[in-house]
Amino acid sequence: MRANGAVKVKVPTMLRARVGGEAVVEGSGRTLREVLGDLERRYPGSTATIVDQGGDLHRFVNVYVNGEDVRYLASLETEVAAGDTVSILPAVAGGS
Amino acid sequence: MSSNGFPTFTEDEVLRYSRHIILPKIGGAGQRKLLDAKVLCVGAGGLGSPVAMYLAAAGVGTLGIVDFDRVDLTNLQRQLLHDTDDVGRPKVASAIERLEGINPTIDYVPHDTVLTSDNAMDILSGYDVVVDGSDNFPVRYLVNDATQMLGTPLVYGSIYQFEGQASVFLPGQGTPCYRCLFPQPPPPGAVPSCSEAGVFGVLPGIVGSIQAVEAIKVITGIGTPLVGRLLLFDALDMEFTSVKLRWDPACPVCGEDPTVTELIDYDLFCGLAPAQSPPEAEHGVRTTVEA
Repeated sequence: MRANGAVKVKVPTMLRARVGGEAVVEGSGRTLREVLGDLERRYPGSTATIVDQGGDLHRFVNVYVNGEDVRYLASLETEVAAGDTVSILPAVAGGS
Repeated sequence: MSSNGFPTFTEDEVLRYSRHIILPKIGGAGQRKLLDAKVLCVGAGGLGSPVAMYLAAAGVGTLGIVDFDRVDLTNLQRQLLHDTDDVGRPKVASAIERLEGINPTIDYVPHDTVLTSDNAMDILSGYDVVVDGSDNFPVRYLVNDATQMLGTPLVYGSIYQFEGQASVFLPGQGTPCYRCLFPQPPPPGAVPSCSEAGVFGVLPGIVGSIQAVEAIKVITGIGTPLVGRLLLFDALDMEFTSVKLRWDPACPVCGEDPTVTELIDYDLFCGLAPAQSPPEAEHGVRTTVEA
């Protein structure tokens, strides 16, 4: 685990191609926004389907910090600490 | 119910359902609830196959199946309701034939049609529980909204490649619905369908079986239903996790001040062109239950 707020980001299948095929990547930052910004710098385009152009979370994707929906915490300003797990959950409709 | 207050069964039923009847949490009373229940499976595809087969075997008294599609050879890698000989047949016909083989003593209701805003209330209103095994966003929002308006429990399941999700949405304030989870659908084309992205054949077997479990729990009132929780399954890592799902007081359908009080144009809502009559059994058709 890296120092300085390295958090584990679990990447859903749909977005793995954008982070080099990894299922879990580490990101650093004190808030979710900083962690996603870190990911975007290292994997350009990786957060386009998570954060909209206005800098808010898209409404068809949910992000959880340690299993809690960040919409009910402080959204992108939710504070994170080393060892926390960020999970990204896009809407999927498949059933066939 | 007999005069002594105990549920009555035929001789065949006592034997057929004996493993449920002797099971402490289900018992005769639970089996009676199953036999009296009416469940609608939306879609007779990957998720719909285990859902319908287990619910039929369990003795859900009336099982409706809605699907407009026909069996395709590409379905058989995962859709256990259908046989190779069924290719080209309507899925509801093929499905009910398989289900009759499993349990000929319950009632089946075929709905060989596209589920739309015009017919959804009519079709869904005849059922106690709806299980969503559809495969596109417009139908998922349609089924969510209709069940919320009708006050019918909805058992949700969805799959993508190697990952699945499941939850139970109970109507009424205080518990979340699909719109509380995903207030808006992704833009068209952002999420590939199974026919575009591929799907691991066993995955719907697992997620659909979980939906069958939840439907039976809702009907019999046993255990803790998957309400306010979203179960996530990853077949590659063989990992089940769940996240908390909260009721959104601002939800346009189940919130404190609902703004969507009748069914809308779900193609439009999902950013697609207005509804058209479906082309012949193509994949990824809008406002249709391809499953």
